[in-house]
Amino acid sequence: MARATSRLTRKRMHEMYRAMLRIRRFEETADDFYMAGKVVGGVHVSIGQEACSAGVCAALREDDAVLTTHRGHGHSIAKGTRLPEMLAELMGKVTGLCRSKGGSMHIADVSKGHYGAHSIVGANMPMAAGIGLAYQLEGKGQVAVVFFGDGASNNGAFHEAMNLCAIWKLPVVFFCENNQYAVSVPAEYSTSVDDISVRSKGYDAPGLTVDGMDVAAVYEASQEAVAHARRGLGPSLIEAKTYRFFGHSRGDPHYGMYRTKEEWEGWKERDPLIVCEKMLKMTAKQKKAHAEAVEAEIKEAIEFAENSPEPEESVALEDIFA
Amino acid sequence: MPETKMRTISYAQAINEALHEEMERDEKVFLMGEDVALSAISPATAGLGERFGHERVRNTPISELGFTGAAVGAAMAGYRPVLDMRRIDFMMLAIDPIANQAAKLRYMLGGQVSVPLVVRAPEGGGSQNGPTHSQCLEAWFIQVPGLRVIVPSDPADAKGLLKSAIREDNPVLFVEYRALYSLEGPVPDGDHTEPIGKAAVKREGADITLIGIGSQARNCLEAAELLAGEGVDAEVVDPRTINPLDIEGLAASVRKTGFCLIAEEGHKSGGVGAEIAASIQEAAFGALEAPIARVAALDVPVPVHTKLEAIVLPSTEKIVAAANNLLS
Repeated sequence: MARATSRLTRKRMHEMYRAMLRIRRFEETADDFYMAGKVVGGVHVSIGQEACSAGVCAALREDDAVLTTHRGHGHSIAKGTRLPEMLAELMGKVTGLCRSKGGSMHIADVSKGHYGAHSIVGANMPMAAGIGLAYQLEGKGQVAVVFFGDGASNNGAFHEAMNLCAIWKLPVVFFCENNQYAVSVPAEYSTSVDDISVRSKGYDAPGLTVDGMDVAAVYEASQEAVAHARRGLGPSLIEAKTYRFFGHSRGDPHYGMYRTKEEWEGWKERDPLIVCEKMLKMTAKQKKAHAEAVEAEIKEAIEFAENSPEPEESVALEDIFA
Repeated sequence: MPETKMRTISYAQAINEALHEEMERDEKVFLMGEDVALSAISPATAGLGERFGHERVRNTPISELGFTGAAVGAAMAGYRPVLDMRRIDFMMLAIDPIANQAAKLRYMLGGQVSVPLVVRAPEGGGSQNGPTHSQCLEAWFIQVPGLRVIVPSDPADAKGLLKSAIREDNPVLFVEYRALYSLEGPVPDGDHTEPIGKAAVKREGADITLIGIGSQARNCLEAAELLAGEGVDAEVVDPRTINPLDIEGLAASVRKTGFCLIAEEGHKSGGVGAEIAASIQEAAFGALEAPIARVAALDVPVPVHTKLEAIVLPSTEKIVAAANNLLS
C-alpha cells in the first residue's frame, strides 16, 4: 500500500480536511433528516470514506469530470456540487439538482463537471469511457474519474470499460473504493484477488492500492494517475482500502449483522478526519475555524432546502425528451 | 412547388448516404461498432472509413455493454454517436446503457443533460440464421419512455428518418430490416429528411387498412396488389415510428375503411401490433366493423431450416389470407 510522502503543502491538506468535514456534516445532516422523515427516498451515506472523495477531487481541474455511485454524496461535494440544491434534491424539492426526480442516488451537477451518480452498479464505467473518448477527441487535456466499489469490480461493465480505455488510451481514472462489503457480501468472498488494483494488469494499465483513510495518500496516487491520463497514456486503476462507518443503508446497523464490533472499532480508530488532524497537528483553534465555516454552509443549505417548494404535478411529465 | 428530382437507390444505399451526409454536415457525428471500419462488411457503412478516417468510423471490440455505455457518455459530453449494433439480437448485451441510462438520464438528472445517440439495429429473419440472429425486438423498446423507436420500410424513409434521427437531441433506436437492404426505391435528391412521429399512407384504398411495420409494410404492399386482383381495395399505412406512434394517422385510415389488419415480423404476444390495436380501438372503436386482425411471427423461436422458418415468420400470403378471413 502506498503511503503519502510529505511534499504536500499544509494549505492543500487543510483544503482537503475542509472538504472531508463538509462531506461528513452534510451526510450526518442527511441521515438525521432521513430519520426525521424529511428525505424522499433512500440515502446511502459514505461516512468513513471521505478521504477518497477529497483526495481524488483535489487532484482534478474544474473542467474534469467525475461519475459516481449510489453512495455518491462525498464525491459530489468534493467536486464542487452545490450543497443547497443537493440537499433540496434529497428533500424532494423542485429546486433540487434533478428537480426532485433523481433523488440521492442520481445527484448530478453537470455545471461542475459532475456527470451523475449512477445507481445501477457498474453502469458508470462505460459512460466514463465515453466521456473520456469525448475529451480525447476535444484535445483539451480533460480527464474523467469514475468511482466504484469492490462489488462493481466484479461486474462485466468494469472489465469492458477498462479494456476500451486501454486500447484507445482514454483519459480515465478508475477509482475503486474497497469498503470491504457489497451490501453484506465481503470482498474476500466475492473477489478473486486480495488487492483489486492488480486487475489493472489484465489491461496493461498502472494499478495501485492506497490507504483510503489517509487523504494525503489518496491525493498523491490520484495526482499521478490524473497526470498519466492527461499525458495521453490511458487509464489507471487505484484501489483505496476503506470502510463505511454506517450500514449499507438505513436497513442495516453499523455492526452486528455482517460486520463485527471489533472490526468496526478497528476502522473507526482510523477515521480519516482524525488521521488528517494528526498529520497536520491541528490546533483546537484551527479545528474550530473549519467547523464554523462548514456549519455556516450546512445552515445555508438547510435554509434553502427547507424553504424550497415541492414540485408542481406538471414536473412529472417534463424533461423526458429534449 | 418545384418538382423534386428522384433517384432510385437501395435501402442500404439510402442508409449509407444518410451517414455520409450527416457526418459531412456535423463533425460531432461519429460511427462506432463491430467491423464498421471495413467497407466490405456492410453496404450500409461502405466507404465511410475511407472518407472520414478511423477516429470517426471506429471499430470496437466485441463489447456491446462497454461501447454502448461509452456512446451514452460521449453523447452526454457533446458528441452525436451513431452505433452500429450489427444485429438487434446483440443489443440484449447492451440493454442497461440504453434502457436504464440513455433513455432516463435527461429525466433523472432534471434536464441537465441530453443524449443525442442513434443506435442502428439491423434485424429480422428469412436468412436461415436461427433463433438468436433473426429476431425483431422493437416491441421491447416501446416500453422504455425517453427512447425514440424508428422502423423505416423503404429507401426514402430510411434515408430521411436516419438523417432526422442523427439531428434529434434524444436517444433513438433506428431499426433496419435486413430483408429490405436490397430493396430499391425512389429517394428525393438533396437534403432529404422525414419527420419523426408521422405515419405515411403507402397505398391508398377504401376497403381495408393494412398497417405494416418495417419489413411487413413491404409485404402489405405486395398483399394489397394480390387483394386488388380479388377485387379488394386495400390501403397500406406505415407508422414509420413507433415511439412516438402516430395513432391519429393510423386511426384516420381505419375510420375510412372500417377494417384493420396489423402485420409485424416480431412475435405476436406483447408485440407492436398489440399496442397499435389497443390504441386504435381507443381512438376509433366505433368505426371498426370487425375485430382487428394481427399477423406476426409465431410465439416460438425462429428456426434455421427454410421450411420451418417460413412456418414461423409472417409473409405476404399470410397477410392475404388473414385479410380475406377478416373481410368474410
